[in-house]
Amino acid sequence: MAETFTARRDPLLHRLPVISHFRKSMGLQRGMLVTGIVLTAAFLLTAALAPLLSPYGFAERFDTQQPPSSAHWWGTTSGGYDVLSRVIWGTQTAVMVIVVAVVLSIFLGVAVGLISGYFGGRLDQILVVVADAVYAFPTLLLAIVMSIAISHGQSSLLGGILSAGISITVVFIPQYFRVIRAETIRLKAEPFVESAQVLGASAFRIMRRHIFKNATRTLPLIFTLNASEAILTLAGLGFLGFGIEPTSAAEWGYDLNKALSDTTAGIWWTGVFPGMAIVLTVLGMTLVGESMNDLNDPRLRGRRRAGRTSQPANPAGDESARDKVTP
Amino acid sequence: MLVNVGKAQELPRLPADEKAVLSIEHLKVTFATDGGDVLAVDDVSLKVVPGEVLAIVGESGSGKTVTARTILGLLAETAISSGAVLISGRNVLSITPAQLRQIRGLEVAMVFQEPSTALNPVFTVGWQIAEGLRAHGKVSKKEARLRAIEALGKVGIPDPETRVDYYPHQFSGGQKQRVVIAAALALNAGLIVADEPTTALDVTVQAEILELLRDLRDIYGTSIVLITHNMGVVADLADRVAVMYGGKVVEEADAATIFASPQQDYTKKLLAAVPHLGRNSASAGATERAHQDRGVLVEAKHLLIEYPGRLGTPAFRAVDDVSFSISAGEVFGLVGESGSGKTTIGRAIAGLSRTTGGSLSVLGYEMLSFHERTFRPLRKDIGFVFQDPAASFNPHLSIGECVAEPILIHEQCSRSETQKRVTDLLEAVQLPRAYAERYPHELSGGERQRASLARALALNPKLLIADEPTSALDVSVQAKVLELFKEIQAEFGFAALFISHDLAVVDILADWVGVLYQGRLVEQGIGSQVMGSPQDAYTRRLIASLPVPDPGEQAKRREAHRALLHS
Repeated sequence: MAETFTARRDPLLHRLPVISHFRKSMGLQRGMLVTGIVLTAAFLLTAALAPLLSPYGFAERFDTQQPPSSAHWWGTTSGGYDVLSRVIWGTQTAVMVIVVAVVLSIFLGVAVGLISGYFGGRLDQILVVVADAVYAFPTLLLAIVMSIAISHGQSSLLGGILSAGISITVVFIPQYFRVIRAETIRLKAEPFVESAQVLGASAFRIMRRHIFKNATRTLPLIFTLNASEAILTLAGLGFLGFGIEPTSAAEWGYDLNKALSDTTAGIWWTGVFPGMAIVLTVLGMTLVGESMNDLNDPRLRGRRRAGRTSQPANPAGDESARDKVTP
Repeated sequence: MLVNVGKAQELPRLPADEKAVLSIEHLKVTFATDGGDVLAVDDVSLKVVPGEVLAIVGESGSGKTVTARTILGLLAETAISSGAVLISGRNVLSITPAQLRQIRGLEVAMVFQEPSTALNPVFTVGWQIAEGLRAHGKVSKKEARLRAIEALGKVGIPDPETRVDYYPHQFSGGQKQRVVIAAALALNAGLIVADEPTTALDVTVQAEILELLRDLRDIYGTSIVLITHNMGVVADLADRVAVMYGGKVVEEADAATIFASPQQDYTKKLLAAVPHLGRNSASAGATERAHQDRGVLVEAKHLLIEYPGRLGTPAFRAVDDVSFSISAGEVFGLVGESGSGKTTIGRAIAGLSRTTGGSLSVLGYEMLSFHERTFRPLRKDIGFVFQDPAASFNPHLSIGECVAEPILIHEQCSRSETQKRVTDLLEAVQLPRAYAERYPHELSGGERQRASLARALALNPKLLIADEPTSALDVSVQAKVLELFKEIQAEFGFAALFISHDLAVVDILADWVGVLYQGRLVEQGIGSQVMGSPQDAYTRRLIASLPVPDPGEQAKRREAHRALLHS
């Protein structure tokens, strides 16, 4: 019914969040975005191809604390695990935690935010107070409490991922809630929502058809930023010993924790590689998120100067022509 | 930063130019946008001599504001310009930022459209005027204050000694605009660039500001570049008029000539589209109220609408003891200035805001005991056209989907039938059927407002509420939309509540006109009679302060207005 009028627009590929941003970008901004995309893509590929890429399993044990060699390119840990394999397998854990955390928090946060913002009143007040209360807790503390409550601190692969994911979810819901609620309140006063009210559309229909799509524009941005924060929280949990057992999954935070005592002994390889993995992954996703943020805002978006090309206005946006004049 | 790639330096300085305060020569401004370069100003040359008011008129997108901003070197980073803008012999486009700062304030000052945003809310107006003085040389605190008081006195702010310490929010909109002009005066700028200085103001306040600007020219010999789309304002104030279209000056002549005998087709069309009070009245010759034989759709009796105040403050009474009725098939025009409560009444009838007291009956439903659930079935008989056509469409839905929305909500229709009805509706408002697939942002303002009309008419309503439907549109577009509205009203025969601040527009459409002032309905009657021989003092003032697009007639009206104020 609703799709009676299929409109012509740009091809779907060009409207996808990151790709549409890439097409709009130029100069340094494009450089940042590309770096972010490359790092994030490398992270995702590694996770997907972990069984092929890693020389050993994440739980295989060898001689302890061997320096990098041809057998163990990045050496082994004090527990006798191969560092390279642990780092590669760790990407899988990270991806799973991000998916669990972000999916859970997006659905709940968006739904609650829409309802709270649209109806307002007493319900809204209570939800805002709850969200603020959760917000006031230090993220990691809350995650620890949740982790203990869910799995008593230690657990298997699934239990570990779920507990890490859910504890991050609890922290993230208020973020989505707030963003969506603020957008909903703004949109509620927009004439097009009022015009739907005048037409007699039900509250559910207005939320679903008129507010939802307009309120969720900023979600890809929060998504990327939260994904990087989820990794940091997971690593923090693991570092503090609330993570996943080394035998059930590879986890960078746990490895960093175990590498702590090695540093004084001059064993650098156990700490540097998991640490680098965390930094690069977070950096990649933050770069994507920040670039998207800048590119979404026409005032922050860099543009090529007018008049550098002799060709007239080209509404179709000929990319090749634009690329040539990019400094 | 501006990048001046032109041949500004090569331009010969003509001796005749020495006299001009401002001389724009072959100005071109190009903007870089996502869609490629846009040439906003194309080879514009203009001159302003001391004590002259040059009006630059044109519709939105004609390049008039860009031209004005170039005079002060206020272009966005994405713009590049060529040509020359000479202010007392110095080219604004090529001088250093320090020199530009010297010129700004001392030689050119700017008056913006929205006075409430042009003033910083956290400083007193005296401080803000003194800020300009301090920027140009050392001035003692005491002297700056004295000069600020003097400037405020010049622009007619009563009791300037005390009010110099007031904050912007303590002034009304018109007074704020006076303060902005005072800041320009304090530095004794020889040229004031006024970008739509009265557009955000009510008609009665507009008349006062125009009066002030005229005094500036007559008493201090200030030159003014007036950017406006309002031909009435032009007729009232301008000595010379430059008509811009598509970045070019299409015609330039003195005000009297351009109104009396426009040469270019575009100017002729533009002038013809301007609604002129007293011409083309819908109720011309009518002696009694029409449509009284048919049922009454909306009846307000001693209607009260209040907005709750904040803690401790009393409720704000937006509508106070208003009684009127709208019969089936009748066009009721509601006029009033901002804050008069006209929009509140429209929203109350549509069930968007609640009534507080009295009685408001809409299609037999008493709005005092409003419940969304019980009112919803009636909504299909009420159409609503919003002021801003850009904001009243969901940007994620195509025009077809938007117009189909009321049909989907209220009726069970098959897909093909819905599609057919939407196509018919679009044809009724003279939009090509292919527009159903377009998105709102792909339409122009006038087209969007037509689509908005199509959506409002989708269920063949008995009552249509139009809240300032043409205020956001250009004059020529407004004329077309009004014409369409009139045709469709005659064809569909719905009753309409037409809300507007523009008396001339209401006069074109409405049989019966009500005048609101501060929440009260001060006068109602047959349109042509209210406009022709207003009875209430406020209505008289309102009509007298409306500038008409004819310099000769406007001069006479101005005198009449003055007489009215001083009587």
